[in-house]
Amino acid sequence: MATPAAHVDDAHAAHGSHGEHDFAHPLPVWLLLAVFFALTFLTIVTVAQSNFDLGNFDIAVTMIIATIKATLVMLFFMHLAFDKPFNLIIFLSTFVFVALFLIFTLTDARMNSHTFEPVVDEPVIAATS
Amino acid sequence: MATTEAAHSDVHVGHGHDADGHDHDHPPFLAHHFDTPEQQFDSGKLGMWIFLGTEVLFFSGMFVAYAIFRMLRPDVFEGCSQFLNTKLGAINTGVLLFSSLTMAWAVRCAQIEEHKKCAGFIAATLSCAMVFLGVKSIEYSHKWELGLLPPKWYSFIEGAPHPEGISKYLLYMALPFAIGLVGLVIWLIKSILTGNRFAVSVAKPLIVVFAFFFVGIGLGMILESGESHAEHGEAHAHADDHASDHVSDAAHASPAAGTQSDPLGDSSAIAASTTLAAPLIDRLAVDQANSGIRDELRAKQQQAELGGSTVVAGREGIAGPIDHVSSEINTRSQAGVFFGIYYVMTGIHAIHILAGIGVLIWLLVRTIRLDFNRHYFGPVDYVGLYWHIVDLIWIYLFPLLYLIR
Repeated sequence: MATPAAHVDDAHAAHGSHGEHDFAHPLPVWLLLAVFFALTFLTIVTVAQSNFDLGNFDIAVTMIIATIKATLVMLFFMHLAFDKPFNLIIFLSTFVFVALFLIFTLTDARMNSHTFEPVVDEPVIAATS
Repeated sequence: MATTEAAHSDVHVGHGHDADGHDHDHPPFLAHHFDTPEQQFDSGKLGMWIFLGTEVLFFSGMFVAYAIFRMLRPDVFEGCSQFLNTKLGAINTGVLLFSSLTMAWAVRCAQIEEHKKCAGFIAATLSCAMVFLGVKSIEYSHKWELGLLPPKWYSFIEGAPHPEGISKYLLYMALPFAIGLVGLVIWLIKSILTGNRFAVSVAKPLIVVFAFFFVGIGLGMILESGESHAEHGEAHAHADDHASDHVSDAAHASPAAGTQSDPLGDSSAIAASTTLAAPLIDRLAVDQANSGIRDELRAKQQQAELGGSTVVAGREGIAGPIDHVSSEINTRSQAGVFFGIYYVMTGIHAIHILAGIGVLIWLLVRTIRLDFNRHYFGPVDYVGLYWHIVDLIWIYLFPLLYLIR
């Protein structure tokens, strides 16, 4: 293990076209902290938002906030903003299939709802009079 | 530092073309089927992204189950979400976000060869994971005591008193961590005695990490106890009182008015089965002699019967949001299903946290061993990616489960 650290430079020189820089892409600390505080802020927003009655928009608003948070994590913490685009394509393509799965299952769900999820456990409407 | 310098020294980037697979003139971290460290890193990263893709698809099944049941019974989700402690969920979200920060920072430190800081950030990430699990175990044990369980075991009784003292389920969940902590302390003492400095430097942070599980339990207990007498208790009150507001006002007020108050049979059963009739019964309770209301009620009842023994259609026809939690949902096939989904989603997420703890401990040992350098930080990066996706899933789980108003 005591090999002299002599041809580190050779190795870099051999990189040639890749330049002498490392392939590592350390993220600056300010960026990490900025992303973290943005995420914390959005968490506070989403908790606060849950106290307001937005009716049917509730779920949409929470999902939009969650997606913004997820995008921040993906782009910066997971390096996708600086990564090889192929990795991003792989990851995003899974969401295409998730969307297909979700949409088609949900459109089907009402078709058989009576058989597996009765609204009341037992039909208790007493036929009297 | 000698090892890392030696490691850099052997990066023979230009020698790739003569790779017959037996060229041992490469640094120890570079597998001989790769030409360059960069190629090795990119291959590993590609593999990791494919794995993360399978993770997304794996979790999507549970999210679809969630979406179906929530679409079918939004009232069940709204009602049962009251039982989830938002404060604990929010704390856990913050803890996980912070652990994501420390993880990303650890990757940065591995890349710029700040080994001490890297080990520190990995230990911080591990500690956050432990706090998360500690808080989670408080949540779980509290619910198990109350009988808020998946359908097969669901046995929640409304108005039941909150269990006092330490739950036996909590002891079961804390036991492995306690054993781990004791084992680590013994290992540390043994390593100190035998003079194994590497083992000492590994055992020390791990002891702190395992101790943080109990910090999480303490944090959870403080928040849970504060909550269960205030907001959480209120949630129960909401679930119970609101639920029976209509029903009991009608059903309990009418016996006071006289025993003949049930001209249509069990009015509470009717009220329970069709919320449409509830206001009518209210009015009937006030004015027994009003035969018009009675006829209207009878008509509603017959309509409900014609529409099938369930009131799916009727429910969908009701305009406006559901403004109270119905006691009807306190059954196995309704609240039970919600808790089934809750336990599967959060439980599998917790298993991912446990797996993450496993790989992070491995990473901590390797970091302390100075395995990583600016040409070889792949494992730190890949574990970081895994950790972030666990965080990503929680980002969606938290609002979907805890924040249904």
